[in-house]
Amino acid sequence: MRIIAQIGEWLDRRMQLAAPIREIAEHPVPKSTASWWYVFGSAALVVFLLQLVTGIMLAFVYVPSASEAWNSLQYLNHDIALGWFIRALHGWGSNFMVAIVLIHMVQVFLFAAYKFPRELTWVVGVFLLLMTLGMAFTGQVLRFDQDAYWGLGIGASIASRVPFLGSAIVKLMLGGPIIAGATLSRFFALHVFVVPGMLIAFVAVHLLLVLKLGINEWPMPGRLVKKATYENEYHELTRKDGAPFVPYAVWKDLFFAAFILLAVAACAIFFGPFGPTGQPDPTIIQTAPKPDYFFLWLYAVLSFLPPSMETPALLIGPVIVIGALLLLPFLSGEGEKSWRRRPIAVLTILLVAVTLATFTHLAGYTPWSPHMNAWSSDPIPARFLEHRTALERQGALIFQAKQCHNCHALGRDGGERGPALDSVAVQLTQDQLIRQVIQGGGNMPAYGKNLSPAQTTALVAFLHTLHPAGQAPARDASRAMALGKSGQN
Amino acid sequence: MSTDETISRRALFMKIGISFNGLVAAALAVPIVRFLLSSITRGRADGYLSWISLGSVSQFPEGETRLATFRNPYVTPTDGKTADTACWVRHVEGEQFQVFAINCAHLGCPVRWFPQSGLFMCPCHGGAYYQDGSRASGPPERGLFEYPYKVENGLITIQAGELPTPGSPTASLFGKKPPCA
Repeated sequence: MRIIAQIGEWLDRRMQLAAPIREIAEHPVPKSTASWWYVFGSAALVVFLLQLVTGIMLAFVYVPSASEAWNSLQYLNHDIALGWFIRALHGWGSNFMVAIVLIHMVQVFLFAAYKFPRELTWVVGVFLLLMTLGMAFTGQVLRFDQDAYWGLGIGASIASRVPFLGSAIVKLMLGGPIIAGATLSRFFALHVFVVPGMLIAFVAVHLLLVLKLGINEWPMPGRLVKKATYENEYHELTRKDGAPFVPYAVWKDLFFAAFILLAVAACAIFFGPFGPTGQPDPTIIQTAPKPDYFFLWLYAVLSFLPPSMETPALLIGPVIVIGALLLLPFLSGEGEKSWRRRPIAVLTILLVAVTLATFTHLAGYTPWSPHMNAWSSDPIPARFLEHRTALERQGALIFQAKQCHNCHALGRDGGERGPALDSVAVQLTQDQLIRQVIQGGGNMPAYGKNLSPAQTTALVAFLHTLHPAGQAPARDASRAMALGKSGQN
Repeated sequence: MSTDETISRRALFMKIGISFNGLVAAALAVPIVRFLLSSITRGRADGYLSWISLGSVSQFPEGETRLATFRNPYVTPTDGKTADTACWVRHVEGEQFQVFAINCAHLGCPVRWFPQSGLFMCPCHGGAYYQDGSRASGPPERGLFEYPYKVENGLITIQAGELPTPGSPTASLFGKKPPCA
C-alpha cells in the first residue's frame, strides 16, 4: 500500500491532477438532486464506455469488406470463444444506450433543466442524441446482412429526394453508383472513427457544462427561473442545502450503472447477438427487410404517408423536429420548472410516446404489406365453401389462385392490406363487386386485364355469398324494379 | 513598443506564421476535398452505364416475366456479391421487352413478381405495380424504374450500373411512367 501511495505522490507531483479531481468530485450539489431520477445521464455514459470497449474488441476480428464482413460475423458468432457474447453485449448495449439517452432527455425536459443557464447543455445533448442514433444506424449497416443492404437502399432513396443535390448525396453516401464495398468502408469509418470521435468531444463538453453550471435542482412548483436572479439563488441553495457530489449523490449513479450493465449482460446472455440475417447478396430477393428496433416507427410512418406528402415530410420533418429541439431552451428559457405546472410539456411527452409506440407496434406486424404467401398457405375456411354452387366454389378457387387472399382476410386468415371480406356481400352489391374487381380503386389494383369474364363472374358469385347467416346480401333495389324478379340472381 | 501604426517583430512573425499555415491548409484542402468528393466527381467516365448482357433472348419466353441477374460494370475489389444485381425482364412480344429494376420506386426494397395476380409487390411498405411496371397501389409515386435495353445478335443487353433511386438521373432519363389514374 505504501508503494502505491508513493507512486501516486510521485505522479501527482508531476501531473498535478489530484486537487482538481478532488474538487470536481466534491463540488456541492443541491441535496434534492441525490435522487433516482438523476441517474440516467451517468448511466448513458457508462453504457457508452461499454460500447467503446466491446466495439474495440469486435474490431479485432471484424473485416470491413463487403465480401468478408458477413463471414467475419459468422466467425465471431460461432468460432471464436465468447465472440457471440461480445457481439450480443455490443448489440444490446446499443439498444440500451438509445433507450437511456431518450429517458435522460425526457427527464431533463420534464424537470425543465434546459432553462437558463443550461441552454447550451441541452443543445449539446440534442447533438448527442443525433449522434447516438447515427451510431445505431451505422452500426446496423456494419452488420452487413440483407437488412443492412436494403436498409442502405432505403437511406439512399430518401437522400435522393433532396432537390438538385439528391443524386450527388446518394453517391457521396454510397461511395459510388451502387451499394457495394466502398459503402461498407465509409460506414465503417463513420461508425468507428468519425461519430465516436465527435461523441467523445461532445460528451466532454456536456460534462464540463454540468460541472460549471451545477446539476439542475429539483423543480419546486412556483419557484420561477429568472435570468437576473437564478445563479445567485442556485449558489445560495447549494450553500445552504447542498452536499458534496461524492459520496452524497454518487452512490445512486454507481448502483444504477451497475444494474444497467447487468441488464445488458443478462439480455446478451438470454437473447444472444443480433443477426446477421441472410447474406448481403442483392440477387436474393426473397427478403422482407426491416430496420432495427429504434427505427421501426419510421418504417411504419413511411407506409402511411400519402405519396404526395412523402418527400416534403421526409425532407422538412427532420428539420422541424431538430429545429424545435434546438430552439426549445431559447423560446422557453425562463419561468416555471416543475412538471406539475407545465401540463403542455407533460402532454407533449405523452403524445410523442404514444405515437412512437403505436407506429413501432404497427411495424411489428406490418398490416400494410400483402402476406406474400397467404394464397398458398392459408386455406379458405370450410364454412365459406359449404352449400355453395359449383360456380361459387370455382370463384373460391380463383380467389385463392389470383392471390386475393394475400391482401384480404377470410375467417381471420390472410393479409390485412385490404378489408376482411367475411361480410363483403352486405357492403357491396354484385355490380359494385364487379366494378371493384375489374377497376380496382381505393388502394386496390385493377384486375380487369388479369381476369377473364368467366373468372370475374365466378369470383363475384363467390364474394356474393360472403355475408352473415341472418343478413341478406346488398342488392340494387332499382335493378329489381326494372328487371323484375330476374334482376336478382 | 508598438503603436497603432507600427507592429512588433514577434507579432509580425506570428501573423506570417498564421498566414503560412492558412496557405498550406488551403493547398492541402484541394486534394483532400477532391478525394472526399471523388465518388461524385468521378461521374460516368468509368463507364458504369455501359451495355451489359442479360443472356440470350430465348431465356425469356414471350409473355412471361423472369428474374435475371447481372454483374455491375463498375466493380471494386472488395465488392463481393454486392456487385451482382437482379432485374425483372418482361418479354412483351417479338423484340419488345421491358427490363425493370428490382428496386421499388418508393424506397428501393426488392419487388417480387407474382404471375398469378399479374402484379409486382414490394415487401416493405406494400407498393404494387402492374405487369407493365405502372403503379397499381401503395406509397410509390411512380411506376417501376426501367433500364434501357437493346436486342442484338439474339442477346438482350441493358444499360444499368447505377442504383435507381427516385431522385437519380437514371430515374428521370429512363422509363418515367405517370402514376396510374
